[in-house]
Amino acid sequence: MNDMRLVERDVSNRQAKIEARGVQVHYGEKHALKDVDVAILDRTVTAFIGPSGCGKSTFLRCLNRMNDTVASAKVAGRITLDGQDIYDPRIDPVQLRAKVGMVFQKPNPFPKSIYENVAYGPKIHGLARSKAELDEIVETSLKKAALWNEVKDRLAAPGTGLSGGQQQRLCIARAVATAPEVLLMDEPCSALDPIATAQVEELIDELRSQFSVVIVTHSMQQAARVSQKTAFFHLGSLVEYGETGQIFTTPQDPRTEAYITGRIG
Amino acid sequence: MSVFLILTVLGVLALAGFVLARQRAMALAGGDARRLHSRPNYYGWHGSIMAAVPAMLFLAVWQIVQPMVIESRLSGMFPPEMVQDDSARTLLFADVRRIAAGLESAIASGAMSADEASALDAGAVRDRLAATGVALGADVQPETLAAAQEYRGLATVGGLWRTVLVLALAVAGLAYAIKLTGPEFRARNRVEGVVLALLMLASTIAILTTVGIVLSMLSESIRFFGMYPIQDFFFGLTWSPAFQGNSQLGLLPLLWGTLYITLISMLVAVPVGLFAAIYLAEFADARVRAVVKPLIEVIAGIPTVVFGLFALVTVGPLVRDWIAMPTGLGNSGSSVVTAGIVIGILNIPFISSLSDDIITAVPQSLRDGSLGLGATKAETVTQVVLPAALPGIVGAVLMATSRAIGETMIVTMGAGAAAQLNLNPFEAMTTITVKIVSQLTGDTEFNSPETLVAFALGISLFVITLCLNVFALWIVRKYREQYE
Ligand SMILES: Nc1ncnc2c1ncn2[C@@H]1O[C@H](COP(=O)(O)OP(=O)(O)OP(=O)(O)O)[C@@H](O)[C@H]1O
Ligand SMILES: [Mg+2]
Repeated sequence: MNDMRLVERDVSNRQAKIEARGVQVHYGEKHALKDVDVAILDRTVTAFIGPSGCGKSTFLRCLNRMNDTVASAKVAGRITLDGQDIYDPRIDPVQLRAKVGMVFQKPNPFPKSIYENVAYGPKIHGLARSKAELDEIVETSLKKAALWNEVKDRLAAPGTGLSGGQQQRLCIARAVATAPEVLLMDEPCSALDPIATAQVEELIDELRSQFSVVIVTHSMQQAARVSQKTAFFHLGSLVEYGETGQIFTTPQDPRTEAYITGRIG
Repeated sequence: MSVFLILTVLGVLALAGFVLARQRAMALAGGDARRLHSRPNYYGWHGSIMAAVPAMLFLAVWQIVQPMVIESRLSGMFPPEMVQDDSARTLLFADVRRIAAGLESAIASGAMSADEASALDAGAVRDRLAATGVALGADVQPETLAAAQEYRGLATVGGLWRTVLVLALAVAGLAYAIKLTGPEFRARNRVEGVVLALLMLASTIAILTTVGIVLSMLSESIRFFGMYPIQDFFFGLTWSPAFQGNSQLGLLPLLWGTLYITLISMLVAVPVGLFAAIYLAEFADARVRAVVKPLIEVIAGIPTVVFGLFALVTVGPLVRDWIAMPTGLGNSGSSVVTAGIVIGILNIPFISSLSDDIITAVPQSLRDGSLGLGATKAETVTQVVLPAALPGIVGAVLMATSRAIGETMIVTMGAGAAAQLNLNPFEAMTTITVKIVSQLTGDTEFNSPETLVAFALGISLFVITLCLNVFALWIVRKYREQYE
């Protein structure tokens, strides 16, 4: 792992943005997440790694209550955002999701124009006071998601007409445009080429100066490159959580070591 | 051999074709199906098709052509004045065929011997046939009987040739298919070609029917416009047909009534249907949905005449007593509003059920995407789900509109039959469809403008719905939001 770009790893003095305590998720009979405790720090990139089907997406969806839309999902435990329990009945999940944005594992652009896709969140939340301001938000968001150059001449074309990787970046731009405090990204680079991947990683690094970013990835290199903290999930449990450098160099748990060296997965 | 028997034999030959061609293909491939170009069953299907299809097509053509040929040969047997007029000629040949068929069945049932039948005398035909259960309208002319006898002869010969030729063609097709069969033969492509032709045929039938309808209406309409000035029809403000002549047949009052009633019915059906669909698709939980959806759909199964009764005895009086009379807008039990409301109710299940299916088909990932950006459920529904479902919803609304335009029974019972141009929705008015029916009921012939106007009305209705369809297509194209 010599190609790892060394990012600043010292985040121990940061405050916890999201704290999860004893989170359990059941899909009907299936126990998908078992007793997960994690503290996601402010202005930090946290990577979730683990084999397919181990519950990474499930946990991510708990953090902005997207599991509310799955009828069979039952979430137990306590998750707080800035000390507020997000499953408290007084919390409106709509407001929560405006603060905790999400990029889904499968690109899901709206069947609208590229422009409308990006402008959707800002319009709903009233982030722009004029058309010019909205244009500005759309442009910067698309630039951040490294898509601007490819689509600047066809902003009126449908977002669903883009290639898979372009759609993925469109969804990133869409989430960024809403200016969330925490951004949850579920495998945002799974369909991207190395150049676009590098640009998205740059974006993540940039977002870190103001926000928390949680990224699910199957690429060890990517986790090592962009994150300061890494959590390793296995079969629904959080096996190990710690500084990225430590997880990749001196893992405590034999399962973590087996996974990052490619022996389980 | 009767047609039914021929078809049965063709079926057997087709089966034989399947088995033989498949066997031969397998035999030539040495029992190894992978050495064949196509899968073995395709060789079998090819055998069946070659045996049955050309023979069947030939049979169909023969069935159409044979009577025409026979008739043209028989018309020489009649004096020219009897076969000059088209309709007289049609009637005459109908008689000829009936007598011929009657004689055949009399022979078949043993009531007459073949010799007796051939020697029958024109005066006695009617009674003899009546005894065997074939009723003839008028006395039989000698020429007609002679033609009928000739017809029998020709039909027997024709039937024989038909059987021989059809079966020969089937056997030849079968033999040819078996000769073609071999590992190199592209059986799948052949079979798929035939299936493709079948599919294309199915799609053209609907189109051809439409063309046929238009053409038949067009010719009658042209006759109508020959008798009645075209501008008076399209721009006339009065509708008052009189069978003594001197009618005023203006389209506008009927058109107005049609559009007015349709508009009111859509004002009822679209919001209610759409809201019901949104509730069912987005908010109702599965158990409620399982009960409510079928219940709404029950409405669709009620015959429209029952709705008409509902309009007549319930909605009409209610509208009159509670709205029209108190506001002084009218005192008629039948009104545009009554018919509009009831047609609207009739159309609710169409819109709600179709829209519900369409909304449910919008992928959950789109809803997640919107909710994940902090949109409310309402924003998600109105800004993402409904636009994505729009083309389908427009289609549903369009279907309902066409139904409203074409509705007759409810209008007759709910809105009355008075053709008038009036803005007041509490007045009785009527629609194009109602007038088409009323112009054609009774003992009338298609030769006065009063009856022929029905065709002009029909074609106007057709053009209106066509424009509506084109308009809807345009809307759908313009606002289409495609999702995978
Ligand atoms: N809607 C659902 N209903 C039932 N079971 C589900 C549902 N979503 C996920 N699961 C189950 O929960 C477990 C965790 O799934 P999850 O999507 O969180 O995995 P993941 O770690 O994101 O995997 P991947 O890397 O393949 O995306 C899996 O076993 C999956 O089958
Ligand atoms: Mg996942």
